[in-house]
Amino acid sequence: MDYNFHWRPVFKSLPDLLESALLTLEVAILSMILGILFGLALSLIRIKMTGPLKWFAVSWIELARNTPALLQLFFFGFGLGAFGIHFSPFLIVLLGLTFNNSGYLAENFRGGFNSIPETQIRASLSLGMNSFQTYTRIIIPQVLRVVYHPMTNQMVWAVLMSSLGMLVGFRELSGETQFFASKTYRIFEYFAATAIIYYVIVKIILGLSRLMASRLFKY
Amino acid sequence: MIKITNLHKQYGELEVLKGIDLDVPKGEVLSVIGSSGSGKSTLLYCINGLEPIQKGQIIVDDIDVHASDTNLNSVRQNMGMVFQQWNSFPHLTVLENVALAPKIVSKLSKKEALEVAEKQLLHVGLGDKLTQYPSALSGGQQQRLAIARALAMEPKCMLFDEATSALDPELVGEVLDTIRLLADEGMTMICVTHEMGFAREVSDRVAFFHEGKIEEINQPEELFGSAKSKYLQKFLSKVKT
Repeated sequence: MDYNFHWRPVFKSLPDLLESALLTLEVAILSMILGILFGLALSLIRIKMTGPLKWFAVSWIELARNTPALLQLFFFGFGLGAFGIHFSPFLIVLLGLTFNNSGYLAENFRGGFNSIPETQIRASLSLGMNSFQTYTRIIIPQVLRVVYHPMTNQMVWAVLMSSLGMLVGFRELSGETQFFASKTYRIFEYFAATAIIYYVIVKIILGLSRLMASRLFKY
Repeated sequence: MIKITNLHKQYGELEVLKGIDLDVPKGEVLSVIGSSGSGKSTLLYCINGLEPIQKGQIIVDDIDVHASDTNLNSVRQNMGMVFQQWNSFPHLTVLENVALAPKIVSKLSKKEALEVAEKQLLHVGLGDKLTQYPSALSGGQQQRLAIARALAMEPKCMLFDEATSALDPELVGEVLDTIRLLADEGMTMICVTHEMGFAREVSDRVAFFHEGKIEEINQPEELFGSAKSKYLQKFLSKVKT
């Protein structure tokens, strides 16, 4: 083996890498917030409705879950680009991840809703609560507990998936790493360092999630 | 208080209630007995508006429950319902379980709602469980919690749907005691029950349901003592009284 490791360039550009890691986090968090909202809506449409709206929701869920995330990103980048609709790299990644998160989370939510006994709805209606109050006060809080850990997984997944952003020109953590790696030819060193940064980010997310769970779910 | 005329209820092809006429005056405790599938529980769901009806009329406190312009949510505020599966809200503490509806439905302030809740929990003997979660309670305690939760809305009548059927035998007594307490306080109640001893002792009248109809209705001594219907005689011979 005659490869000589040179770590100095990596250390020198560490601040830039960490800054791009913030961009990774930003896009992952935003895509999760949007994904939860859309996922919730999609699951409720799928459970409650019939007709075109249901068909739309089912197609979304099916496409998001059964096609590669990379192709979903390409759709929002090059796909729509072919029709003259151009987004910034940030927006392409955000839309792609949101699309993917929504599909997966919708199925998690659906499982969550199905796990709450019908009688909980009857009990809260019998107290005079309307449907909206029943859902926001009784059903959804219980569903959130059921989907909490799958949701944490999805958040981790979103962080890791955002690395696909480098293929649509987004300078998040992987894109930035690629940039420095090709500038210095220290490819192994850069990606090794970046792998560690991803690892630490994920560990922090899992730790925070556990902390939040112990606060949120006392029952 | 509750006046039912010619009530018909179908699930698809299956006719569950075949013309029920029933008048429950204020302060009466009516027990409803009968074998499974005779339509007892369905009757309660119809009174509460949880199930639509096909024909007839249900008037509760001068309001036609199934009229299209009736606000069901406000009807239900006047009617407490307790279910076979006690249905505590697992994500809320005992106190929050009871305080929620007074706060968001009756629009009491948080402080008032908590006071009402605490009062009702003391009433059913759960004063020492306020900060616990339902999972820490026994079945009997959870059912008493459900009763307190219904009472906190200050209902004019209470509907009990086999409130003790899902309980371990040794826990039945405490729940029946609580229902008895309400009867003594003059609450109007309809209790669907399999507890014949309870029906006999607490009720002003007992109705025997058979295949979607009221086969016989009478004061408990009469109904249990000298049953006229042959179905009722058969039913009573099978259950221990």
